[in-house]
Amino acid sequence: MKSIIAFELYKIFRRPRTYIAFGAIAALIVVIQFGLKIDGESYASFLMKDINDTLTVDGKVLNGYLICYILLQLLLVHVPLLVALIAADMISGEANLGTLRLLFSTPFTRTEWVLGKFIAASIYTIVLLIWLAFLALFVSMWVFGTDDLFLMKSNYVVLIQEKDVLWRYVGAFVFASFSLLTVTALGFLMSSMANNSIGPIVGTMSAIVFFTILSTLNIPLFSMIKPYLFTTHMNNWKEFFDIKVNDGNEAIAGSILNIAKIKNSLFVLSAHIILFVSLAVYITKKKDILS
Amino acid sequence: MKKIIVFAFFFCCSNLVIAQVDPLIEKVSKKLALVNDYVAEGVMKTDVSFIKASLGKVKVYFKKPNLLKVKKEGGISLLPKGGVSLTINTLLNTKKYSTIPGGSQVVNGKTLTVIKLIPNDDNLDWVISTLWIDPVEALVYKTATTTKENGSYEIIMQYGAYAQYGLASKIIFSFNTKDYKLPNGITLEFGDEDPAAKKNLLKNKKGTVEITYKNYIINKGIPNTIF
Amino acid sequence: MSVIQVNNVSKHFGSLKAVDGLSFEVQEGQVFGFLGQNGSGKSTTIRMLLSLIHPTSGSIEIFGHSIQDNRNKVLEEIGAIIERPDLYPYLSAKEHLTLFAKLRSKKITPSSIEDTLKKVGLLDRAKDKVQTFSLGMKQRLGIGIALLHNPSLIILDEPTNGLDPQGISDIRNLIQHLAKEEGKTILVSSHILSEIEQMASHILILHKGKKIADGPIQSLLDPNKMIVHLTTTNDDQAMQLILAGSFSNYLLKRAEGIYLSIPHFEIPLLNQFLVNAGVGLINVESRNSLEDYFLQVTSNTQ
Repeated sequence: MKSIIAFELYKIFRRPRTYIAFGAIAALIVVIQFGLKIDGESYASFLMKDINDTLTVDGKVLNGYLICYILLQLLLVHVPLLVALIAADMISGEANLGTLRLLFSTPFTRTEWVLGKFIAASIYTIVLLIWLAFLALFVSMWVFGTDDLFLMKSNYVVLIQEKDVLWRYVGAFVFASFSLLTVTALGFLMSSMANNSIGPIVGTMSAIVFFTILSTLNIPLFSMIKPYLFTTHMNNWKEFFDIKVNDGNEAIAGSILNIAKIKNSLFVLSAHIILFVSLAVYITKKKDILS
Repeated sequence: MKKIIVFAFFFCCSNLVIAQVDPLIEKVSKKLALVNDYVAEGVMKTDVSFIKASLGKVKVYFKKPNLLKVKKEGGISLLPKGGVSLTINTLLNTKKYSTIPGGSQVVNGKTLTVIKLIPNDDNLDWVISTLWIDPVEALVYKTATTTKENGSYEIIMQYGAYAQYGLASKIIFSFNTKDYKLPNGITLEFGDEDPAAKKNLLKNKKGTVEITYKNYIINKGIPNTIF
Repeated sequence: MSVIQVNNVSKHFGSLKAVDGLSFEVQEGQVFGFLGQNGSGKSTTIRMLLSLIHPTSGSIEIFGHSIQDNRNKVLEEIGAIIERPDLYPYLSAKEHLTLFAKLRSKKITPSSIEDTLKKVGLLDRAKDKVQTFSLGMKQRLGIGIALLHNPSLIILDEPTNGLDPQGISDIRNLIQHLAKEEGKTILVSSHILSEIEQMASHILILHKGKKIADGPIQSLLDPNKMIVHLTTTNDDQAMQLILAGSFSNYLLKRAEGIYLSIPHFEIPLLNQFLVNAGVGLINVESRNSLEDYFLQVTSNTQ
């Protein structure tokens, strides 16, 4: 299995397509960081319009931590599409290229190949996420400095002390890795069902868009299925940035408001990963390699 | 003619009252005059229905006549807009007001004298301020101030070791808050609303900022650059 | 010793019977030619040997082990190229061999990678990306991957596909070398039948998924039966005479020309018969080759 993973990783990182995602993320982040560096204050004052009516906010609101949060909000919707570019190509791309028969006639079972390929794709996804974290968090911290995280949610504001922020990002990135691995697994499943790359890539992207729409629409009919859709849970990394308050409305440092929600989302996402990969293994084992 | 005489009488009387400054205020002012400047360390708690914030360490700087700055140590601070500068020192040190006696009231078991301040200077931000003063200690326990632009504030003070300078050990600012709402399209928070957030919105619209002072460093000099 | 044993194997794709009740054996050290027209079931059979396609029924044993039950063990000893030489365009020849070397349990040293590159004539292009390779070079690299781990059984599906005459000759020499000098068992399929004729010791002919001939080349090519192509003064009249007379059993169905599979001692009688009927014989060309045999047996089963 190790040989398969090494084999697949070598191929992934020698392929020019792999770096599209890294380049796209870097470009997006740098553009947003540049925009916020130049005109971030007006963006912040727009967000803080309601607050400024009542309160004076003193301190560096537009610091690296808030920039990272803004970037993650924007990018974690789009990164799954970039992940699909690679994951959905892992099996079908080889079938299209004709190399799948070369791989499947080596002394490894198809299950080993599928799992090895999935692990390699997962490593790629996590490296992409680390790249995202480096640019969005550490570069933002370097460019914008750090301070408390002043987070403006839809209905309330959370002020998290500076020393209480970094571990939340670690948690958020770990959670995001589960979200992206679910996309990887979905792309993989699609990939196992086709003999060309375009179908599974477009199929995965369409599935993400379709289920995201279902997850975000507040229509009672869809409410029944929402808890079971992976897209409903993918954005719950944000829960790491909500905090408990005591009876005196005083935020409790180091707390998470709804840890059960995070656990539930991780469970649902993990279940999806297992289901998608198992189906991919089953389909690949059963299919005749005719390409 | 009769009406004119009555009006002239009331006008003269009222001017007579406003022109006077209550001796108790003088007494309080004298006490406060002992303090040219101070730096105080304290702990600040912000309690606003739509804000989740933890306790923060603050430093409060004051310099005569009315310079005041609250600085949170290494963090973001949320203070009632304009209200925090309306402490008893900054109110009384302007000397540009008249007083109207308002009788006495029992607050928390203490009989306090009520005095209203009306500014004589149009440039001042406040319109009227009511002070609840302990006549024996010459300490102000409560103020209620209406400002021109930033609504009304209520400040409750408690005293401890620095009572001889008229400096409180704890100050609670109460103020009215407005609604807070950001569109989901901006926050990218889609899906079902958190019931906890809804519950928060049902709370009253009063906010408080509470500063508990640990110690004061008085009359050691503060550069103006701090403010 | 039987290296490959295929027992009554069938593969159906829906209603299409791609392979129908196929049985054959390949012995150790044989160069086994696999013949058949396009769509005859050759590639499907080869893919079943490599467990790329699951048989609908029947069993396959390689080195005495069932391919279904001992897949990895069996595949460890097989080197194969299947149809087109499809490779990773963004990798070099050396990268291909280095990567595939890691997928084998046998230790493959950098020097054996160099040797393989030399063997397939790609040493000077080792570091070039495959996307710059010609079809022939890709084919040679595919063979290099198949030979890399020194397998006992080599399966080559259309190995001379896309090669220039020199390349074809090189591959033929390589296959003969592997069989004779290294004792490898080789199963080779090709649509260039003359190639098979020059390389294989045994052949199997598939037609529409069914075996129609199987055995050593020499026994299939009956020296007593010659395939002849007649050129006469009047081909139409000659054809009518042959069809009407006792030589009709020897006539082969061909689109053009008169071909007969005829015992050599009857050729003078045929000449006499035609001359007596007024048709002059200009040329009698003997075509006793595998290609003719292949065409003969496949035309007989049309």
